[in-house]
Amino acid sequence: MAVIAPPVPVRRTRRLPSWAPWAVLVGSLVLAALIQFLGEGPTISGVFFIGAIIFTIAITVTSRTVEGERLSKDRLATTLVTLAFLLALIPLVSLVWTVLSDGITRFGPSFLSTDMVGVFGNMVEGGAFHAIIGTLYVTGIASIISIPLGIFCAIYLVEYGKGRLAKAITVLVDVMTGIPSIVAGLFAFTLFLILFGPAYKAAIIGGIALAVLMTPVVVRSVEEMLRLVPNELREAAYALGVPKWLTIVKVVLRTAIAGITTGVMIAIARVIGETAPLLITVGIAQNVNWDAFDGRIATLPVYVYRQYAQGGPSADRAWAGALTLIIIVMLLNLVARLVSRYFSPEGAR
Amino acid sequence: MAPAPPSERPVVRTGRVPGRLGNRVFSGISTGAGILILVILAAVAAFLLIRAIPAFQASREDFADIDFMLGRDLWGFVGPLVFGTVISSTIALLVAVPLSIGIALFISHYAPRKLAQGLGYLIDLLAAIPSVIFGLWGIQWLQPLVSPLFSWLSENLGFIPLFTDYQAPARNIMTAGLVLAIMILPIITATIREVFLQTPRLHEEASLALGATRWEMIRQAVLPFGRSGIISASMLGMGRALGETMAVLMVLSPGYLINFFLLQPGQHQSIAANIASHFPEASGLGVDVLIASGFILFLLTFGVNLVARWIINRRAEFSGAN
Amino acid sequence: MSKRIDVSDLNAYYGDFLAVEGVDMVIEPRTVTALIGPSGCGKSTFLRTLNRMHEVIPGAYVTGKAVMDGQDLYGPGIDPVEVRRQVGMVFQRPNPFPTMSIEDNVLAGVKLNNRRMKKADADELVEGALTAANLWNEVKDRLDRPGSSLSGGQQQRLCIARAIAVQPQVLLMDEPCSALDPISTLAIEDLISELKNDYTIVIVTHNMQQAARVSDRTGFFNIAGTGRPGHLIEMDDTTTMFSTPTVKATEDYISGRFG
Repeated sequence: MAVIAPPVPVRRTRRLPSWAPWAVLVGSLVLAALIQFLGEGPTISGVFFIGAIIFTIAITVTSRTVEGERLSKDRLATTLVTLAFLLALIPLVSLVWTVLSDGITRFGPSFLSTDMVGVFGNMVEGGAFHAIIGTLYVTGIASIISIPLGIFCAIYLVEYGKGRLAKAITVLVDVMTGIPSIVAGLFAFTLFLILFGPAYKAAIIGGIALAVLMTPVVVRSVEEMLRLVPNELREAAYALGVPKWLTIVKVVLRTAIAGITTGVMIAIARVIGETAPLLITVGIAQNVNWDAFDGRIATLPVYVYRQYAQGGPSADRAWAGALTLIIIVMLLNLVARLVSRYFSPEGAR
Repeated sequence: MAPAPPSERPVVRTGRVPGRLGNRVFSGISTGAGILILVILAAVAAFLLIRAIPAFQASREDFADIDFMLGRDLWGFVGPLVFGTVISSTIALLVAVPLSIGIALFISHYAPRKLAQGLGYLIDLLAAIPSVIFGLWGIQWLQPLVSPLFSWLSENLGFIPLFTDYQAPARNIMTAGLVLAIMILPIITATIREVFLQTPRLHEEASLALGATRWEMIRQAVLPFGRSGIISASMLGMGRALGETMAVLMVLSPGYLINFFLLQPGQHQSIAANIASHFPEASGLGVDVLIASGFILFLLTFGVNLVARWIINRRAEFSGAN
Repeated sequence: MSKRIDVSDLNAYYGDFLAVEGVDMVIEPRTVTALIGPSGCGKSTFLRTLNRMHEVIPGAYVTGKAVMDGQDLYGPGIDPVEVRRQVGMVFQRPNPFPTMSIEDNVLAGVKLNNRRMKKADADELVEGALTAANLWNEVKDRLDRPGSSLSGGQQQRLCIARAIAVQPQVLLMDEPCSALDPISTLAIEDLISELKNDYTIVIVTHNMQQAARVSDRTGFFNIAGTGRPGHLIEMDDTTTMFSTPTVKATEDYISGRFG
């Protein structure tokens, strides 16, 4: 006798209503605040940390009793992953906030336009003009070296390189991005020490150090951009009887120019804040040094470090310097993103 | 009119060929630039080594005049520094890697598609912040924040040697490690995110189609696929942390000991921070000693980075993803 | 006069791999020669040997002869760049330069080669080439718009205009309609029929009807199996090839029994 199995009803797991996690969240935060009242009074960070812990436990337990083990694990994972992201935002937000609130005290036109000549003791005057000029010098020198070198190296890797040499260069460029900045500083220092003797101090030494750090970054980003240029465009140019080098200059580079600009600007933003190599190569100065090839020169990151180390009213100048630096870096990043957004040719990607 | 009365021109001209000189010059410059990169890297190693050799050959008596060496010989001096470098980087990794995996998962699999790219930029912004500012922030903001946490740890878990005898302010290797962790977060996250996004969609959909929850799908499809990516990303982060100078220099109150008292100040120091703090005043053999320690740091990071890249490249060949 | 090409014993390699073997072929001036055959039989590879585009791919090279008016394209002292100015090419997918306007795309062969040209001459060349490509009336009011703003079929005609603006002797077309809709395809086919009055045209196509419609001569390529080199099986007037081919494989392919 044939037995026909009765249709199995679709099992319905009970799910928490969509508002439940939010309710648990509010409850956790309130509870966290209450717990803190028992102690020394609530702080924002305290409420956040304790609230997060309570929420994680509460949502998992609630879900487990209502929805079962599998779904509760899923909720736990979602909570932890989201928390990880929020946790990473805390340093970013707090850092920008700290620099803004502490830097604004001294930041202003006079800070940007005066140097440190004749500033001593508890004087609150003085500024970072000389350091800004120095930073422009040192970064400028690094850019003059790294940008052409990096672009040509990327062209070699994408358009010409094959075999062992190209492979070796690719790997070593990657490894070079990991060179500690202080080691780059030591290199530039010994290079000039051996070539010009111990007395020689100049912005160019710092520029060389930064160039060592900047070149591999330029190579990587330009290489990436050149590889995005479709091969069809190169072939179209070749088929018109255009020599390879003109194809590279007028088609490949032209098509990738927005991406290259973005990459280069981000590379500049990376090295403009380098401190350690400049600390040991160009040192610090109190006034503007207009000669890139002679004498110590102040740079913004080193200025920040030195001013902070002195304490007292100098610390305010350090924060104002940090604010200046962060504004420069953020502007570079912002402009870089805008360039890639608005100047990329259609159909090039 | 017709443009091209394909004329009676000679067919293919020989003789002076257009662009041949340009081609030669241009490919020469490009290849030269590529080779120059290799030369620079070799020069970095060579110049450091040249100056480091006197330090490697000198005896303990020669070092007696160098006050920051405290009468130790070269290895007695460099050993604790290597230890301090490695332990601060290890703390940074232990904190940063789980966090990065979470962030990468959030961006690649949890956040709404539209927001994902923007959120990625936010994390990348962390990488753009100059290290000296991280140092300032570490002292000003993080250090007072973790201080109560550390004293709680020390009071309640003080029987574990790691946590004994916390002394405020929190200018210890733990705080330095935490700052480093935040600094290496972007590079680890970016690398892991890249790998997670390459997870074959088919695997993910197959898993979901079998009724898996999102977390089960991630455990079955995404994490196994990304394992080698996570390892190499960690090593890249390690390379960064080993060589980071300013955060350690500014946050840590230095010492030259080998121990695991993570919450006590004046115990440890890293190679890079040590160079930065003594280099401006050093002279003669002192400079050579610092350069020798820098050379060791170079070898250390070079090795770590090489292995990391090797893992990444090997993986890229296997998965065919590029 | 547009030129005649005599190909003899031509082999095309990708590294160690022999892709096309022993081709002997005569390409008559002012005719349309169609190359047909199943996928991977080497017809596109062969086409690219005719203007030395084959060797652009790393590791690829050619042996044998391709003689255009008494001069071997692969002879010593011949620069591939110069060959490509005589033998133009249109690709499978329209590929106008995204950074250039319609006008600049037509002038690309001049501009990319850093050659100077009077404004009047340039205008005349643009109008002539676009007219020859049956595109002038559609784009004459928007010559400064980017080339990528055109439809697919218009883009392909723009690419043809770009190719004839360098005044080549021969025009190679590598499946020029495979990425286009039927109406655009028809426009291109009409254009090919007009262009053959001035140019020698070689076209690779997967579309048997297209070969029958546009070509005067047809060559059939085939391979014995994957990993084996492609061969030219037979070549004849298109009418003969499609009515009474001499080789069985040709008949099978044309009647749709394989490929």
